[in-house]
Amino acid sequence: MKPLLKNADKNLLYPLLALSAILLFNLFFTDGFFSIQIKNGHLFGSLIDILNRGAPVMLITIGMTLVYATGGVDLSVGAIMAISGALSAQLIRPDYIKGIIEYGNTTSLFIVLSIPLLISIILGLWNGFLVAFIGVQPIIATLILMTAGRGIAQLITHGLIIVFEHESFQFIGSGFLFGIPFPIILVILLTFITWLLTRKTSIGLFIEAIGANPLASHYMGIKVKMMKTLTYGFSGFCAGLAGIIVCSDIQAADANNAGLFLELDAIASVIIGGTINGGRFSLAGSIIGALIIQALSTTIITRGIPPQVVLVFKAFIIIIVALIQSEKLRAQLKDLLKRGRK
Amino acid sequence: MPDLKADSSQLVEIRGLSKSFPGVKALDSVNFTLRRGEIHALMGENGAGKSTLIKVLTGLHKKDKGSIKVDGLDFESSSPMDASSKGISTVYQEINLVPNLSVAENIFIGRQPMKFGMVDWKLMNQKAKEALKKLDIDIDVTIQLSQYSIAIQQMIAIARSLDIKAKILILDEPTSSLDLAECEQLFSIMNKLKEEGMGIIFITHFLDQVYQNSDYITVLRNGSFVGEYPIKELPKLKLISKMLGKEITDINELNNKIHRDYYHNDKKMFVKMEGIERKGVLSRFDMDIREGEVLGLVGLLGSGRTEMAKILFGIDKHTSGYININGNLVNIKSPRDAISHSLAFCPEDRKTEGIIPDLTVRENIVLALQAKNGILHGLKRKEQEDITSKFIKLLQIKVSGLEQMAGTLSGGNQQKLILARWLAMNPKLLILDEPTRGIDIGAKSEIEKLINKMSEDNMSVLFISSELDEVIRCCSRAAILKDRKKIGELYGEKLTENTIMNYIAKDGYEL
Repeated sequence: MKPLLKNADKNLLYPLLALSAILLFNLFFTDGFFSIQIKNGHLFGSLIDILNRGAPVMLITIGMTLVYATGGVDLSVGAIMAISGALSAQLIRPDYIKGIIEYGNTTSLFIVLSIPLLISIILGLWNGFLVAFIGVQPIIATLILMTAGRGIAQLITHGLIIVFEHESFQFIGSGFLFGIPFPIILVILLTFITWLLTRKTSIGLFIEAIGANPLASHYMGIKVKMMKTLTYGFSGFCAGLAGIIVCSDIQAADANNAGLFLELDAIASVIIGGTINGGRFSLAGSIIGALIIQALSTTIITRGIPPQVVLVFKAFIIIIVALIQSEKLRAQLKDLLKRGRK
Repeated sequence: MPDLKADSSQLVEIRGLSKSFPGVKALDSVNFTLRRGEIHALMGENGAGKSTLIKVLTGLHKKDKGSIKVDGLDFESSSPMDASSKGISTVYQEINLVPNLSVAENIFIGRQPMKFGMVDWKLMNQKAKEALKKLDIDIDVTIQLSQYSIAIQQMIAIARSLDIKAKILILDEPTSSLDLAECEQLFSIMNKLKEEGMGIIFITHFLDQVYQNSDYITVLRNGSFVGEYPIKELPKLKLISKMLGKEITDINELNNKIHRDYYHNDKKMFVKMEGIERKGVLSRFDMDIREGEVLGLVGLLGSGRTEMAKILFGIDKHTSGYININGNLVNIKSPRDAISHSLAFCPEDRKTEGIIPDLTVRENIVLALQAKNGILHGLKRKEQEDITSKFIKLLQIKVSGLEQMAGTLSGGNQQKLILARWLAMNPKLLILDEPTRGIDIGAKSEIEKLINKMSEDNMSVLFISSELDEVIRCCSRAAILKDRKKIGELYGEKLTENTIMNYIAKDGYEL
């Protein structure tokens, strides 16, 4: 007997159903939700908006998925976003914090990108070092940076919101390539690269083995500590990139609010996407999870419901999807239906 | 079929019980009867359906068909908790207590004695102490459970089930982690309980223990009921043949396996350990293993066998001494280093150290190979499948497919899976730590045969086992350990069960 769906596809079924339900709701109740217009050769529309707004969460979700699969969690991604944004802005306008409004020489794009990304990776590796080599619980190790990170970002910006203009840097967050918003392109690229790295090499299998049984993995000669550390480093990179997108989009570094609570969105996305314990992970599931959360937010806002309610809805969706994914509950529901028929 | 008429003394009466899992018929019309005041052995190979029967009885699984009566009344249990409140208590092979709670808390978890709406700690500790006293165990009940040995933990689990006034006690492989004295202690408790009228279902792979303690034997095979027999009417050989579904002559053949009583002096030295010591764990010892040699490591539980293996494999560090491999001094600091020197290690606790239950059979087998090859030199899917198929066939692992989750395999097949993982690496020395623990006779003899074959192919094996007959069948030489110290070596004619036991008893001075 051949199963209808392969195991991996089956796990995607429920997140996809949830996403479809949200989209279907909009099809009936939100006018023009599915219309995509082309203005100046650029795509516009609610769907594009969901993808574009969701890009930062999708990026950190990619890193979070791998961390989660090793049996860990990364609470610091929001703070790393703030740090990387703050660094970018500071590099563009180094004198702003001294009260000098004039720009000096334009900082090269390479510097503005590479230094924040490098620092983000180092911060991620620091998390990994604490978890893998020192043996700190992941939730505690990353809580340290979650708490301290936002403070560090504020130190960088001296508590100011640094606003700036930098044409090539702004392209990252608000530019278009082939008519598609550039953040979406970045998400597609990073997803594809991560997929290649994890599924076309042994990395994915090692991560799953480590998450499911670290001791056995160690006995098999897998470099457990190294792999874990690198995973956190990668998560740091993803967060750094997300921070750059946000900062470049709003043309400002706001250390207080950039990436605030996004770590929770990322964790929710990973769980909704079907990566619930350490071990097996689904990159596609996580991306769909992130889309569900973003689609939900966009829907609520376009319906004119106060945005505060978004959080309640999010919680609701997480509960529902988590419940649907429980095999036990499904079996019990089936049982109930059977009994009902009798 | 023996007469199975209803009887007032019957505690459990199971008739025509069936249970299917997707693709497997785990139980097919099974009967089982337990009477008051008897010890009833439930026997069968791995996958015979013993565990499923117990799980249905205790409410972990739902039955498909058949009737279960307890005390003459229809019985259905929704969970093990429910079952235990109805008088059926189970002590599992893997102890189902909470390691970081105190002994007393473990005994009274969920039903702590209360005083003014709060837990009465004093009373609880006192009651726990009394409960253990009944089993002749005198320990500090306020200490964390994990501080005690597996044997004590098991006794605590039994004390717990006694305290909840169980009528039926199910012991699932209770002796697999116990040494001889501890076993005896357990048996005396079992017999005491039996005299008090309790019905005990005893599941074990140790035939001698069955004959020493049981009154009845029920045999299952491949999910079917083979029969129920009074112990006196079923000699050991007959039992084995019923369990295996094989003729007795086949089994005799197993027992007369090659007994190599020569010392491989002509073979090249492979591993030489000199003055190895791990402070506080293992006293200084020398040991060498030649190519193609099967070296046994024997000693009682806790004598330092596993510790020795873990040092050689780089899991634990030695505080002094040298390891030579092929005449070269090597520095093994991690399992990865050991693997690079063509060593392989099948750990004792296959559940926590061996298999990765959430990954598939294929992934479990190729993992170590992939780890050795490195991240960038992944095997193609086709190669992985070829390797997996090859070893599934070679080791006769029973799987429904290459993509079956390893966690769903039976114990014996999981053990073979780990063996397959290491054989795929083509190691020069394979360390086997209790490879036959908790697996059935059929799989045991297959593993023994395999060890023989590997040694003929010039692979060295370090064989750790608590079962002396196994060591004598497989090994040409054995190192004897006692109290975390190597006390000597036996080989050739001197390697018999008798000499080993004498050696251990007399610390190797006298033979």
